[in-house]
Amino acid sequence: MSDIKLAEAPPGIEGSGFFATSFEKVIALARSHSLWPLPFATSCCGIEFMATMGAHYDLARFGSERPSFSPRQADMLLVMGTIAKKMGPVLRQVYIQMAEPRWVVAVGACAASGGIFDSYSVLQGIDEIIPVDVYVPGCPPRPEAILSGVLKLQELVRNEPLRRRNTPEYKELLAKYGIQ
Amino acid sequence: MGKISNQAVLQKLTERFGSAVSIPSEPFGLLTFETGKEHIIDVLTFLKEDPELKFNYLTDITGIHYPEKELPIGVIYHLHSLYNNVRVRIKVFLEERNPVIPTAVNLWKGANWMERETYDFFGIVFEGHPDLRRILNVDEMTVFPMRKEFPLEDPNRADKKDFFFGR
Repeated sequence: MSDIKLAEAPPGIEGSGFFATSFEKVIALARSHSLWPLPFATSCCGIEFMATMGAHYDLARFGSERPSFSPRQADMLLVMGTIAKKMGPVLRQVYIQMAEPRWVVAVGACAASGGIFDSYSVLQGIDEIIPVDVYVPGCPPRPEAILSGVLKLQELVRNEPLRRRNTPEYKELLAKYGIQ
Repeated sequence: MGKISNQAVLQKLTERFGSAVSIPSEPFGLLTFETGKEHIIDVLTFLKEDPELKFNYLTDITGIHYPEKELPIGVIYHLHSLYNNVRVRIKVFLEERNPVIPTAVNLWKGANWMERETYDFFGIVFEGHPDLRRILNVDEMTVFPMRKEFPLEDPNRADKKDFFFGR
């Protein structure tokens, strides 16, 4: 008997030969266990992410088997490192190129708030230009912290209503950032 | 040690330019002097093309801002004679409002980006420069960030406010 733990099935009605639950919950469950990451690494947090992807910490255990280096096939944008103001439009462009649904994790103090670089040339947190779902603190955060951030994001994804991306609140949020 | 002493360099300069070359000093053995923006290109040309001195290499052009001085904006040239292994530093001070100085691009092609950088950070206009625009900062920036009146820290930053630290 293997000790592999399967994801728990969402609540539903079970009988002999059938299992009924809502589409929304199944999709959310599937999405949360196959988040394809797009690493946007600019500095030391990126090095920590490399460790996170590697065999020892193994991000693939959580369904992020395939780091995507094209934004168009990615679900989860991981921004790791200092984003200079000159890099801002590039990051925004990458975010816009991602297909819905898309999530953003700001890894490390610099991506979250500018970190120690309180200066004219550095963006004071990526949430000035794109919406962020999960912030991972640390300078740089350990791989465990990055994993914890991904798990937190999985939780968000699992509980996200299927139609959230069509709601006026969500459109308003994007409009606030001048996207679409 | 250089093949020519600092004294010899300075003597040649004063012979040629007289009082246009002023306040010579030698901090850490580096000959430093000031001149005016009317003379700077002549001084640079002389240093570069004099058959004995041959300051053929422009190490750097940068700026400085001393708000309390009468002429607060400075442009600083570092020259290096690869033939004689001697360096000099030349300072030119300009008025704060509309600082203009002639370009050195005609002497050294490498001055192009150095002058763009100095313009980017200090707002010093190099007259005759072929393409004077920002080089390192974002194009939309409206200030010259190395000027002292520009606050070092970003005013939009909220997470360093005192109340987060019980102050």
